[in-house]
Amino acid sequence: MANQNTKSARAAGTPMNKSRIKPLHVAAYLLLIAVSVVWLLPFVGIVLQSFRSFETEYGGMVEYLLPKTFSLDNYTWLLSGESQFLRWYGNTVTIAFFVAIGQTCMVLMVSYALSRMRFKGRTLWMRVCLVLGMFPGFLTMICLYFLLKQFGLTQSGAVPGLILVSVASSGMGYYVCKGFFDTIPKSLDEAARIDGASRARIFFCMITPLSKPIIIYTALTAFMAPWNDYIFASYIAFGSSNNYNVAVALYRWVNEEAGYFTRFCAGGVLAAIPVTILFMCLQKYYVEGVTGGAVKG
Amino acid sequence: MRLSPFALSERKGILMKKTAAFFQAMAASLREIGVTFKEGDWRTKVSYIIFGFGPLMRKYYLRGIAFLALEILYIWYMVSFGASYLAQFGTLGTVETHMDPETFVTVYGDNSFLILLWSLLSIFATIFLICLWRMNISENRREELALKAGREVPTVRQDLHKLIDGKFHYTLLSLPTLGIFVFTILPIIFMVCVAFTNYDFTHQAPTKLFSWVGLANFKSLLSFGGSGFGATFTKVLSWTIIWAFFATFINYFLGMALAMLINTKWIRLKKLWRTILVMTIAIPQFVSLLYVSKLFASDGLINSYLLKWGVISQALPFWTDPLWAKVTIVILNCWVGIPYMMLISTGILMNIPADLYESAKIDGANTFQMFRKITLPYMLFVTGPYLLTTFTGNLNNFNIIYLLSGGGPTTMSMTGGAGTTDLLITWLYKMTVNDTNYCMAAVIGIMVFAVTAVISLVVYGMLPSVRDEEGFQ
Repeated sequence: MANQNTKSARAAGTPMNKSRIKPLHVAAYLLLIAVSVVWLLPFVGIVLQSFRSFETEYGGMVEYLLPKTFSLDNYTWLLSGESQFLRWYGNTVTIAFFVAIGQTCMVLMVSYALSRMRFKGRTLWMRVCLVLGMFPGFLTMICLYFLLKQFGLTQSGAVPGLILVSVASSGMGYYVCKGFFDTIPKSLDEAARIDGASRARIFFCMITPLSKPIIIYTALTAFMAPWNDYIFASYIAFGSSNNYNVAVALYRWVNEEAGYFTRFCAGGVLAAIPVTILFMCLQKYYVEGVTGGAVKG
Repeated sequence: MRLSPFALSERKGILMKKTAAFFQAMAASLREIGVTFKEGDWRTKVSYIIFGFGPLMRKYYLRGIAFLALEILYIWYMVSFGASYLAQFGTLGTVETHMDPETFVTVYGDNSFLILLWSLLSIFATIFLICLWRMNISENRREELALKAGREVPTVRQDLHKLIDGKFHYTLLSLPTLGIFVFTILPIIFMVCVAFTNYDFTHQAPTKLFSWVGLANFKSLLSFGGSGFGATFTKVLSWTIIWAFFATFINYFLGMALAMLINTKWIRLKKLWRTILVMTIAIPQFVSLLYVSKLFASDGLINSYLLKWGVISQALPFWTDPLWAKVTIVILNCWVGIPYMMLISTGILMNIPADLYESAKIDGANTFQMFRKITLPYMLFVTGPYLLTTFTGNLNNFNIIYLLSGGGPTTMSMTGGAGTTDLLITWLYKMTVNDTNYCMAAVIGIMVFAVTAVISLVVYGMLPSVRDEEGFQ
């Protein structure tokens, strides 16, 4: 590791004499290729294994990577009525869609208020959020479960319940978005206010259109999170298999049921496809958001 | 942290001043309550009991109705069930659910869980009511003064317009604040209370009662020997901190190195290399981590191929040996974390002024010196806060541990279901779900908070960008 560190440190410098550094070039490219292979290997593996039939070969873990014959058995099984996969997939898409919309609205509202307006209790509000963020999220799991149960939002109501929980507290994640708003010059607001525009008008007609990158970033991260949510989803939907999401099903196939490994792989591929495509298309905005957030802290 | 005695006394001074200011504000507030009552007309005086009475009589309809409605809501809540729960707050219920010995009918007793939850809500509602009462008084005062000065009463329309203009923050923040209160603040305070009760698998609501036990759970966490959690807690805590340290800094430096390598002028296909790495962020971690964990299992592909090729004669104990598991997790975490760091540092590295390097080169600095004297200080300066949040994030990095090793391997020397790679947060999860030992889970949660808060406070003061904001500008 130290070796790689110094090597690239040297490589990061300005180019030296071309004829002398040829071996360095070769080493750098070899390193990049090795890195790429390591990073892509799991994805190649998961795709290859998803094509192994669970009928002619074994559906669990085997000691070879390439399937003996390629088949679409796993996919047809997932998409047919035999499994409830399509239903779980639909649940996840529903949750992700509404969470993305809800969180984006919440974050925009909070960020605008904290960035543009000065009022009593503003710093107190931010400090409380900071302190609350230091409590581990799973601490309140049991309490949230019973709270949702009071409103009938567990088991058969798990999907709206999950949406509610994800959206309700999302105002606390305002940091990146507020940082972005802070960079929009305040003189714009002042000019509009002199022209008689209300705060609400400035928010809807000026700031929001200017914030396209950060809106996309917020919505994208919010949309991706529910695909990873195993813990809370399995806790809230406990025992009601109609209301699982994809993650709960995949986790069960891998860890609790023997011979479902290839089905897990196929399900994983299906779950990853929309998220990956969306992410790759909107990559630019994601990088902007992440970098901006990191620099401002 | 190095603090000169002067700085300390200065801090004390600020604290004293703040305390003094607080008491002065309290006194001023009390005085205003008295003055308003003495000087106020009969409408104001009635408002002390019926909220919003004054505004309503003075034709400030919207405000009056809002005050009155909130007071009625409070009374309705308390009378219908808040008060009855609040009365049992001290005992958390006395009647257990049991079967009537004569009629064999189940008699439902008290539900400690709901008693605690609704009592807390009642307490908050009461605090809110007191604030509302205070606001109601100053509203009356303001209105009286405004009318005396001959100003016009704003219409409902004007009042409503304020909510989208001057007081737009009320409109914007009310919904998020309500959400945060119900789904974050209330549950957190509830769980903090649970830490002082005996709510565990032998005291499950609603069939059984639980009650206050004071500091017993904290004592048990810090007691070594017997059934105490002390030894396990220290082990888990130290691994949590070691893990967060390695996970943060290895990723930080390797990610930066990779970004510098790809940024190098003569490297071609820059976009391709970056895209390949970014794929890891795009694909749901849940899928990739579960797959990778199986890849390294004792019957997984890595072991199978190494055995087949004759590199090893026995499966490597990736997840079964404590040390192997720890090292494997840290290394696999690079796979997850390096792409993020690469993305972040790529942009920042390009922002370093090129003339800094030029002049360093003229002075005869070699590449490594330039890295140490220019690149690294700049990066640390700019990404200091990010490094801190990553560190605290890693203290609570649930996904990696839970999906890769599940906290295992377990040993007999650890109590409370903890495994050797468990972080405090995964231990908390196991306590909640497997052992349903909610009171100990709550205690651990408070410990996580304490660790995070202490580290954040100490490190935040040491950050170069906080100490010296103009350092690199």
